Amino acid sequence: MPLASYIGLSAVLFVIGVLGVLLKRNALVMFMSIELMLNAVNVALAAFARHHGGLDGQIFVFFVMAVAAAEAAVGLAIFIALFRLRKTTDVTEFNLMRW
Amino acid sequence: MSLETLLASFATVMALVSALLVVWQRSAVVSALFLVLNLGSVAILFLTLGGEFLAAVQVIVYAGAIMVLFLFVIMLLNPAPPKQRFASGPVVTGLTFGLGVVFVAALVRGVMSLAGSGQEMSAVGPGYGSTRSIGELLFTDYLYPFELTGVLLLVAMVGAVVLARRQHHEEV
Amino acid sequence: MMDAAMLKEIGEIVLRMLVIFTALFTGVGYMTLVERKVSAWMQDRIGPNRVGPAGLLQPLADGLKHLMKEDITPPGAHRAIFIMAPVLVLIPAVASFAVIPIAGEGFNLQDLGLPWDWTFLPYIADVEVGLLILLGLASLEVYGVVLAGWSSGSKYPAMGALRSTAQMISYELALGLAILPVILTTGSLRLQTIVEYQGGTWFGFLPQWNVFIHPFGCLFLLISIFAETKRLPFDLPEAEPELVAGYHTEYSAMKFVMFYMGEYSAMIANSALMATLFFGGWQVPGLDLPQPWMFLVQALAFATKTFFFLFLFVWVRWTLPRFRYDQLMDLGWKVLLELAFINLLIVAALVAAGVM
Repeated sequence: MPLASYIGLSAVLFVIGVLGVLLKRNALVMFMSIELMLNAVNVALAAFARHHGGLDGQIFVFFVMAVAAAEAAVGLAIFIALFRLRKTTDVTEFNLMRW
Repeated sequence: MSLETLLASFATVMALVSALLVVWQRSAVVSALFLVLNLGSVAILFLTLGGEFLAAVQVIVYAGAIMVLFLFVIMLLNPAPPKQRFASGPVVTGLTFGLGVVFVAALVRGVMSLAGSGQEMSAVGPGYGSTRSIGELLFTDYLYPFELTGVLLLVAMVGAVVLARRQHHEEV
Repeated sequence: MMDAAMLKEIGEIVLRMLVIFTALFTGVGYMTLVERKVSAWMQDRIGPNRVGPAGLLQPLADGLKHLMKEDITPPGAHRAIFIMAPVLVLIPAVASFAVIPIAGEGFNLQDLGLPWDWTFLPYIADVEVGLLILLGLASLEVYGVVLAGWSSGSKYPAMGALRSTAQMISYELALGLAILPVILTTGSLRLQTIVEYQGGTWFGFLPQWNVFIHPFGCLFLLISIFAETKRLPFDLPEAEPELVAGYHTEYSAMKFVMFYMGEYSAMIANSALMATLFFGGWQVPGLDLPQPWMFLVQALAFATKTFFFLFLFVWVRWTLPRFRYDQLMDLGWKVLLELAFINLLIVAALVAAGVM
């Protein structure tokens, strides 16, 4: 498949992830959309690595995955602590700092 | 059309559809399952790009561990599916979707203008993307980020345990 | 779009899949009988012997019985996921067999006198990262369990599922670490290479199996696969007196059968993995026959070694008492993980020093 297909897919996946973060109510689904964005970036990196014939892009994907794992763990821990306080996952309810 | 192109096209379509369904679903658990499907199709795409180690790591780490963590948290918290699908009203949601489409069009236009992006990618040597070659790079050129990532994972582990601990509130 | 060469390739793959998966499902069916017979002999009774000669058609009768049972979906259940969960338990276990080699070289169908020029390879897929695929499939087995518990809509399955999942992901770490020393000394992740590396003998009679080089790795893998397949002594999450039937409480008829099939398939896949990694897989040292007889002998050797571990699974189940849940988690995180790490470090040091 040509490079443009992979990058086009990566772009669409990224935008779907952004839409998920902007539009969804459930905070957990927002987290999942962030993972979707990271995934899209991984596809782009791997495609460019193949395009240039080197492996640096794949190494970068490896590190992105490790960082995504760390971020998911800590983010979910924060969210659990928050949930214990507010008893809801609806992000529109987290409005203590609104004017 | 070779088997590989067929597989890549199938994986692309599956990735797109599952990503859309992640955002479209009301229930968080079903969203998580569609995200697992998306991660699986991206693993297939890594395979067609010659990254076999990467595909295996994607399945083991992303689909096999991170998403299990997500499912765990969703099931522990057990939120009821919300009445409304999206956080904002229909006008804002429609506008955002429209902007998204415009953004994708701009990105794809930008990519098509890259030299050599329209033709099939050139073949790579044997052992491209193999565990050995990635291991060699990780432990020579990228040793410092590798070790730092180890420390990062340790910090994340400790942080997650501390943050999710039950606090014992003192009664005033 | 498809030419003759690609059709031939697909035909060969489909043939291999048919043969290996048919053998697997027959094995799964007869594992139920083996379990009941062996447990009966250990408890000084006879076991099923009415259906067919010496009870050999019992799995058929069991299957028919389950097919005719009423299929209940509990009222609070999430229908789609409730139906999908047993399938998700079955698929990764069966898919593990796509990379496990059952013999050394393939043979041509024309050697058997058949008119087609097809090669029957001893594995469904020859993947360079075969062992990583197996680890990935082991990680995916968790999904069926956790979704089954959640979608049942009742608290016993939910608790059982969460416990099972926590147990499985804890022991996946020990599983991976137990396998790593083998990868270090062999230098490849490809399963066929790992088996070929174990050919030959020492001193003329001791086969060069990995169990003699990595005894502790073998022991840790054994304990991990007992915990991964949730067999005794690690079966608290589905133990009757503790949690009714754990995550598959609300399942009946065919869906329940699929859970059992999934469990036995995972047992067979893990026994095959054990035989492949540590006991030489299909290696029969000192034997050289023409194809396809060599294929048959090697496949039989592989089946025998796998069956020995299946027998071990059943033997241990009816011998040892079960662990309490906190003892189970302590063993996984505080004992097994540390020992597997130390084992890995020692082997890595020996490999770096050039001894291994």
